[in-house]
Amino acid sequence: MKLCLTVNGTEHTCEVHPLARLLDVLREPLALTGTKEGCGEGECGACSVLLDGRLINSCLVPALQVEGAQVLTIEGVAGPQDRLDAVQQAFIDHGGAQCGICTPGMILAAKALLAKHPQPTLAQIREGLAGNLCRCTGYIKIFESVVHACKQAIDGPAATPGEPAAPSGATP
Amino acid sequence: MKSDALQTSPIGQSPPRSEGRSKVTGAARYVDDLQLCALPGLPELPGLSGPPGEFLHGLTVRSPAARGRIRGVRFLDGVPWAEFTIVTAADIPGHNYIALIENDQPCLAAEQVNHAEEPVVLLAHRDRALLEKARQLVAIDIEPLPAVFDLDESLAQQTIIWGRDNVFKGFTVEKGAPMSSPEAWAEAEVIVEGDYATGAQEQLYIEPNGMIARASASGGVTVWGSMQCPYYVHKALQAVFAVPGEKVRVIQAETGGGFGGKEEYPSVIATHAALLAWKSGQTVKLIYDRLEDMVATTKRHPSRTHIRSGFRKDGRLVALDIDFRLDGGAYMTLSPVVLSRGALHACGPYECPNVRVLARAAATNAPPHGAFRGFGAPQSVFAIERHMDRAAALLQISPAELRRRNFLRDGLTTATGQVIRDGVDLDALQRRALELSDYSTKQAALAAENRAAAAAGSPLRRGLGFAAFMHGAGFTGSGERNMMSVVAVDATAEGQVRVRASSTEIGQGTNTIFTQVAQDILGLPASRIEVVRPDTSEVPNSGPTVASRTTMVVGTLVGSAAAALLAKLRAAGLLGDSYSEAEFAAACAAHHNLIGPLRVESQYQPPPAIHWDDKLYRGDAYATYAWAVYVAQVVVDLDTYETRVEDFVAVQEVGRVVHPLLAAGQIEGGVAQAVGYALYEKVVWQNGRMANGQMTNYIMPTSLDVPSIRVDFLEVPAPYGPRGAKGIGELPMDGTAPAILNAVAAATGVDVNHIPMTPEDFMQALMATAEAAP
Repeated sequence: MKLCLTVNGTEHTCEVHPLARLLDVLREPLALTGTKEGCGEGECGACSVLLDGRLINSCLVPALQVEGAQVLTIEGVAGPQDRLDAVQQAFIDHGGAQCGICTPGMILAAKALLAKHPQPTLAQIREGLAGNLCRCTGYIKIFESVVHACKQAIDGPAATPGEPAAPSGATP
Repeated sequence: MKSDALQTSPIGQSPPRSEGRSKVTGAARYVDDLQLCALPGLPELPGLSGPPGEFLHGLTVRSPAARGRIRGVRFLDGVPWAEFTIVTAADIPGHNYIALIENDQPCLAAEQVNHAEEPVVLLAHRDRALLEKARQLVAIDIEPLPAVFDLDESLAQQTIIWGRDNVFKGFTVEKGAPMSSPEAWAEAEVIVEGDYATGAQEQLYIEPNGMIARASASGGVTVWGSMQCPYYVHKALQAVFAVPGEKVRVIQAETGGGFGGKEEYPSVIATHAALLAWKSGQTVKLIYDRLEDMVATTKRHPSRTHIRSGFRKDGRLVALDIDFRLDGGAYMTLSPVVLSRGALHACGPYECPNVRVLARAAATNAPPHGAFRGFGAPQSVFAIERHMDRAAALLQISPAELRRRNFLRDGLTTATGQVIRDGVDLDALQRRALELSDYSTKQAALAAENRAAAAAGSPLRRGLGFAAFMHGAGFTGSGERNMMSVVAVDATAEGQVRVRASSTEIGQGTNTIFTQVAQDILGLPASRIEVVRPDTSEVPNSGPTVASRTTMVVGTLVGSAAAALLAKLRAAGLLGDSYSEAEFAAACAAHHNLIGPLRVESQYQPPPAIHWDDKLYRGDAYATYAWAVYVAQVVVDLDTYETRVEDFVAVQEVGRVVHPLLAAGQIEGGVAQAVGYALYEKVVWQNGRMANGQMTNYIMPTSLDVPSIRVDFLEVPAPYGPRGAKGIGELPMDGTAPAILNAVAAATGVDVNHIPMTPEDFMQALMATAEAAP
């Protein structure tokens, strides 16, 4: 079956199996492998993407339902000239990524959270990321990354593009 | 010696993770992300056929029964079988075993199966939907044999399922007077006895296991995959294909977490993918889905521990008799080593004059249990640390004071007779942990709050608990001496330095730490140093990525290899004592022009003062230890029986902290895994098969379940690691669960001596306590 959708601002038309999931469409015909499959049943959130601005598990969305939709994947989060988004930079600077397999989904969940709550409380961060499992960090450094990402959004970038901001202590 | 390029040591700083950018942009390629046209390492093997750009997909057909004789395998109608690549044990060109300690685990079961989900048949096809359909059409006919699912039933030896006695390994650690003699118990005024149990735990890395393979008789075997230990896989492939090492190449893809779960099991998947590739002549991708990864691969060994202890009334521990048993599952895999580490941590960080630790690992007809962060120590530390709290209550001495009176310190000996020389002050660690958690003030306040809650009919009870523990850094006993790891460092003519080791980056920060260590010696910026992706054709064997050994043991070799590189340039008269980055690059260029390639290796040198007797279990069990005291605050709901950890303090002495941000991340992540171990993560067994192999019903902590975690490091530089760094990765797994269960007991007066403690478990314990009350 033929499918038209817009991913990271680019319109795509591709041939997909009628039973394909959005995750399959992204990873296979579009080769956007930054979106990961961790469980295939909507529990782990590794396949999170933004579908028309909403955070969803792409393993639970049939390709049939995304005709004409706008999808944002991790590959579309960085700005022009690969300038990292504040959330991406914060995940590097504050230890939000370890093995990295949950990181794309976690960053999209953080983007969705910050779109809703630009200055989230810790409780809102915990709630906003509860659909994304991380086995490495114990989430603490992810919370800190999100906190610093919104600080940076207000204070402006702490470093020139491509260079990380100065690391702040291990445990604030 | 210091160069001009870098005046301050990078050790103790927190530079950005080396591969961080690729991970936050989605550019990092994990095994399932690799495309056929872009496999790293470029092995253009002859003899390959099939259209370019497409993999064959592999699949494993597994035993439906826990134990039985294979009568036959039938391929039922419904798919075009001629299109499939089918592999059984008969297709194995070499040995039908997974090379590890005992070589008892078949690569594919041939005559008998010994656990549910044991691999029997492999299939490959281009169409994954058809492949899944074919799985259902393979009928494995099995004549059942009696199976054993219980550890103590196995040790009772009524049914023999492995070897002559079901025992993979048994040994005894003894110190002081024999336990059977009255002398050992002469000073014991109070006897405290107890039974403790821990459950299986799934590693639950978020990236499921997977491998890609190419293989042919002429070209040899190449695999790419998710793994911790490339040379384990290398060894396993040599055996299964009966080919020499130079015909086997193993390349690590970016790896999405391991925690021990990708220590030994990837050898199984690699041999399977390679067999399908060998038979089909095509490139095969074999990726497990979550259910398969959970039900078929290794988990933490379930344990049972009986402790009989003797104390003087003043709290001094005088006799400790420990019976420590592990359920190893159907094959030996790593059970003897897990048992060793467990037994060697069973006495906790305490000095006791008379000790016996009887340790046994036995077979059951469950999938083999294997490596998981902590490797036996979380099991035995849970037992001793719950036991110490129970003893404190009976002796009417505070838990902190009882521990203080028995702590190991420099000059005292462990159960194996090792004299502690770490410069450790456990009393200071404990004081620090109690101070940071505001223990005494809070303890009194929570007790008052609980009384008020009880009076008001509120169901919430709060309590504080803690645990003191240590974790041996590096391999147990003679492990490092037997391994004799090697690290290579080379430099290009342009002055780019490359660190070559088989130690993998699995999220813990190997790339970043090795870069820091090399920088520290070479005085060069991070941009001058590359840590080469582990690929057995490119890196020497620096040993497996396990046992909290990467920073301390392999990091030391990175440092000594870097120093040897400098020495080589200086010996050739190409580099002065002080140099700039440009001068270093010029020296490398000159070396390439005048002398030749610039490459050095460094091999492990056993520290002279470390001695271990493998037979008697006597001597220096570990070169050094990390030490810790962890405090948990919990809230227990007496209506719903749920327990939540509200606050957590983790104080540890891990030698010099190389990278504070990564180190704190290791501790926090380990604590979170151990919160799961203590309260949530229950493997439900039905006839030796995990019944809840999904993330929906096997529950790991989410962002809503983890407490705030305060991490504190006291640093006593050790004589072994880079600038005095010790191992850290496994430590947080050991003491968290007993701290939590001790806190539950403090909050409610209910002693639960097994984990995981789910709400149902707590409910039962609460009812039993209520019934036992006068």
